[in-house]
Amino acid sequence: MTTTHTIHLDGAAFPCRDSETVIAALERAAGFGAAAVGGRRVPVGCRQGGCGVCRVHVLDGRYRVGAQSRAHVSAEESDQGIALACRLIPETDLSLSPAPRARGKKTNDINNI
Amino acid sequence: MAVNGVLRPGFIQLRVLDMAAALTHYVDRMGLNLVSTGDDGRVYLKGWDEFDRHSVILRQTDEAGMDVMGFKVAAEADLERFEERIRAWGLAVDHVAAGEQPGVGRRIGFTLPSGHRIELYATIELSSNHPPILNPDVWPEEPRGMKATRFDHALLYGPNIDENLRFFTEVLDFSLAEKVELPDGLLAIWLTCSNKAHDIAFVKHADPGKFHHAAFFLESWFDIGHAADIMSRYNISIDIGPTRHGITRGQTIYFFDPSGNRNEVFAGGYTYYPDNPTRMWDHNELGKGIFYYERVLNERFLTVVT
Repeated sequence: MTTTHTIHLDGAAFPCRDSETVIAALERAAGFGAAAVGGRRVPVGCRQGGCGVCRVHVLDGRYRVGAQSRAHVSAEESDQGIALACRLIPETDLSLSPAPRARGKKTNDINNI
Repeated sequence: MAVNGVLRPGFIQLRVLDMAAALTHYVDRMGLNLVSTGDDGRVYLKGWDEFDRHSVILRQTDEAGMDVMGFKVAAEADLERFEERIRAWGLAVDHVAAGEQPGVGRRIGFTLPSGHRIELYATIELSSNHPPILNPDVWPEEPRGMKATRFDHALLYGPNIDENLRFFTEVLDFSLAEKVELPDGLLAIWLTCSNKAHDIAFVKHADPGKFHHAAFFLESWFDIGHAADIMSRYNISIDIGPTRHGITRGQTIYFFDPSGNRNEVFAGGYTYYPDNPTRMWDHNELGKGIFYYERVLNERFLTVVT
């Protein structure tokens, strides 16, 4: 039987299977209307640890992370609980908050075109 | 005018987080051939329809993205001519010795106003597994996976694309095939040195040196469908598609390698000649320009880069 953990994010709670990433669980929950996905909070990007848009802060719970680009999460930040949701695999229930990296001038904000 | 000077995109060197996962993706799934592994760990790949020794170089490190894109020029003498023109335009030029990549002659390199490193070279060995030449069969051996024929183009993100446009047209003799012009200025440019609708493209972006995608040419819309089947069968992360671009008219899927670098499989696209007018898209129809069937940009197109 597959173990599932509950992910708490932005007032939503959704199940995440034992070996899957938080972003995969979030996308599935969004598909069933159980959680909001996208927007400015935790967007879905490359799903492969490279682009950094799904950066989160783990407030509570145990987890492991796969390979993620150091351009978006430094070793120090990693120790402080910062991770990319697409590389984040829960080992217990998790409580998360979005942690988008502050960037320069957003010339490419889609809403400004 | 015959194609001379800068001939085509020759190679792209990408940074990957996990080489084993990258090779499963690029060799088994996309169908590139493994050529060799260098002493420094870089891995060299090629498409089945390419004559040159290699066209994709993978380097394992802890940040995804692109190190360099190389263009092949027609002759060694072109390297001297371009070096002089590049310096005169105002960019510093450095030299990479022959053999730094196996089978490749000397290269000259420079950094664009957008922050990307570009290199030019004239010499590369003929592949040991090149397409047949005498009484040529359609391929040397049946293509694998998505059947990527060759490295086709790259789309790069960075600042100062107006200056990039001037550089490529004034110094490297490219043409502007297509552009997106918004009320506050140029958003994107598609540049060609050949009969293709684009050989390199740029989108305006705050951060310099960013990589949007490397595209690989497929022969048909049916092959795009076959590539989509492979992506779903192996749970490859898809950005968008199968769909079509209004810009270039190419049929496409955007997807991601296991390090988050975006790839494209691309078929079709119009034939460009240097006397063609520059096609232009404005803010009224930009969605259709980028994704012709969806007619709206997805969030990821402008924000997800490595």
